[in-house]
Amino acid sequence: MAGSGTVHLRESEQPVLSVRDLVVEFPVGRRQKVHAVSGLNLDLLAGETLGILGESGCGKSSAGRAFMQMPPPTSGSVLLHGTELTRLRSRELRRARAKMQMIMQDPVSSLNPRRRVRDLVAEGLSIWGFEGEDEDRLIRETLHAVGLEPEVVWNRRPHELSGGQCQRVCIARALMLKPSVLICDEPVASLDVSVQAQILNLLERSKRSHLLSLVFIAHDVAVVKNISDRVMVLYLGKTCEVLPSAHLDTRAVHPYTRLLLASVPEATEGGSRQTQPATELPSPLDPPSGCRFRTRCPLATDRCAAEEPVLRELGPGHFVACHHVDAAHVPTA
Amino acid sequence: MTPEPPMSQEPPMTPEPPVTVGSTATPLLEVDDLRTTFHTPRGAVRAVDGVSLRLSAGETIGVVGESGSGKSVLGRTIMGLISAGPATEVQGTVRIGGRDVHALAPGERRRLWGPEVAMVFQDPMTSLNPTKRIGTHLTETLRLHLGLRRGAAADRAIELLVQVGIPEPRRRVRQFPHELSGGMRQRVVIALALACSPKLLIADEPTTALDVTVQKQILDLLGTLAERLDMATILISHDLGVIAGRTDRVAVMYAGRIAETAATAAVFEHPLHPYTDALIGSIPRLSNEPHAELRVIDGNPPDMSAPPPGCRFAPRCVHAFERCREEAPPPHEPLAYDARHSVACHAPLLPAPNADSGNADSGNADSMNGGDD
Repeated sequence: MAGSGTVHLRESEQPVLSVRDLVVEFPVGRRQKVHAVSGLNLDLLAGETLGILGESGCGKSSAGRAFMQMPPPTSGSVLLHGTELTRLRSRELRRARAKMQMIMQDPVSSLNPRRRVRDLVAEGLSIWGFEGEDEDRLIRETLHAVGLEPEVVWNRRPHELSGGQCQRVCIARALMLKPSVLICDEPVASLDVSVQAQILNLLERSKRSHLLSLVFIAHDVAVVKNISDRVMVLYLGKTCEVLPSAHLDTRAVHPYTRLLLASVPEATEGGSRQTQPATELPSPLDPPSGCRFRTRCPLATDRCAAEEPVLRELGPGHFVACHHVDAAHVPTA
Repeated sequence: MTPEPPMSQEPPMTPEPPVTVGSTATPLLEVDDLRTTFHTPRGAVRAVDGVSLRLSAGETIGVVGESGSGKSVLGRTIMGLISAGPATEVQGTVRIGGRDVHALAPGERRRLWGPEVAMVFQDPMTSLNPTKRIGTHLTETLRLHLGLRRGAAADRAIELLVQVGIPEPRRRVRQFPHELSGGMRQRVVIALALACSPKLLIADEPTTALDVTVQKQILDLLGTLAERLDMATILISHDLGVIAGRTDRVAVMYAGRIAETAATAAVFEHPLHPYTDALIGSIPRLSNEPHAELRVIDGNPPDMSAPPPGCRFAPRCVHAFERCREEAPPPHEPLAYDARHSVACHAPLLPAPNADSGNADSGNADSMNGGDD
């Protein structure tokens, strides 16, 4: 994960969502396939926020969508409250999946431009036949909870709203069915900084008020650290490191996590500025053998090419898949 | 689009008229009370509304703002890519090396692009012509602007690719844009912008479409090249982090105007404009504890076809009072203790008197690493 392994799983604690050996592959002709996710294992406890961190092409979005079965994964299992989603037929799946909702990156294009806010938010309810005189009251409450004035937005269409407001509508819509798991795929990547903070605070608040567990998928290290309890770092479809987010910036040891941290542009910048030669992400059509990060890794040796590292525990809640780091490398804060 | 449309008919070899720059007291770039207005069916949109800027040779300024703040329109108007037309109005002046960009004839202006000023855009895929090889992009520019012969241009193209850190340049020149990764394409765009050794580079969100690890490489590259070639840079970005580590000065834009401008370290240490302060406060930081509540700026940026009277930030500002809603603050009010720190605000967040002022001043040194943060 850039190896594999399951030591980071917490079987004893009754996860809300548990994912085992998830593989997502996309055929691309000439008998080739994109290895988007290769053997992902994770569990999500009630009330927890799990951050999935990685760059484009690391499989984070494919994994999020595979949890939702859109499309279903190539292989592996996704258990939501103990129900195996991958084996369900479409009708049963839709009923089971109501407990898990997703928020997408682009809030504007994930809303039907011809429908009004009220109907967009009500859609889930009407599909599930929960219609009744309470419906409007429930919609009002939910819109209010996500910080929208029901009277103002009630009859508006998505183009009459700003990006941040559209994202609020998406969140309201997801909350209507009282889900227990919310999968957020880059929910703030297309928003301005000031609006991003509003949405992040809203997600935190909704998580508490609606007793949600969150899977928060993003590329921004600081955003992930701010919202998550645990962080899982992915690279080319494999897990590199899992650790409590409070320790993300201080105790992460996987060379890829370190690279991500070192790349965060912050005011405290300085140091060397030599022109580094461009480094390329290896093709997901033909990922490197052994550790998938070895082609960019400063620590890589022959062993990394021959043998895939397995997740090992370095400390409480801290797991890493690398041949060359061990507990001695973890700075003690 | 690359700055040189292929339809030009003028002879490529016209020598550049000598320009007085650098050694003289005139700054490289002078922007005075620039206003760019788009006339739309919904009314006039004042995208840039009274911006003044100075930039000396070799200096790097960051223009930061949220979407709709006018930062990209400012960059394009400085470049002359946006000029007066049927639906566009440009007032005020932009002088690059003493020459008024918007007073030049289109052919003259085109000759400014390349040797004087060049631009790097956000999306490296759409800045390159998908039907042309990487090498052709470069040789075309070199032959048109510098009048190089075919062989010399090809050699120079390889040199440029080496300069921007592209491995195997001899293979790359034969490739098409779609065969390169995003970071690699952006390097090609930078090579293209540098082909004629411009004195001013305008980089408009050069890394927004790229991954963080690649972003760092590209920003490092831009910084190194600017230093080595003594090139002035305008780095436009929505990302305060990007601006913070890599610029000498910052101009914070809000609703078409500059809210605050100062040495980078001063802006980040002692933001004076409530908007700057709130913007800095709303960034999630790596040093925050998880689940820390972020500061937010309530409301939305104004509709630029009907901006609020007075200070444009007043409707969202927690410090606003009567005067802010009625009277626009003067655009550039320099501070008593720091003439290069100016803020457009009736009630700036002044630091406690006689505290830290020396510290903020020292950030004005024009060395890139002077920010010592």
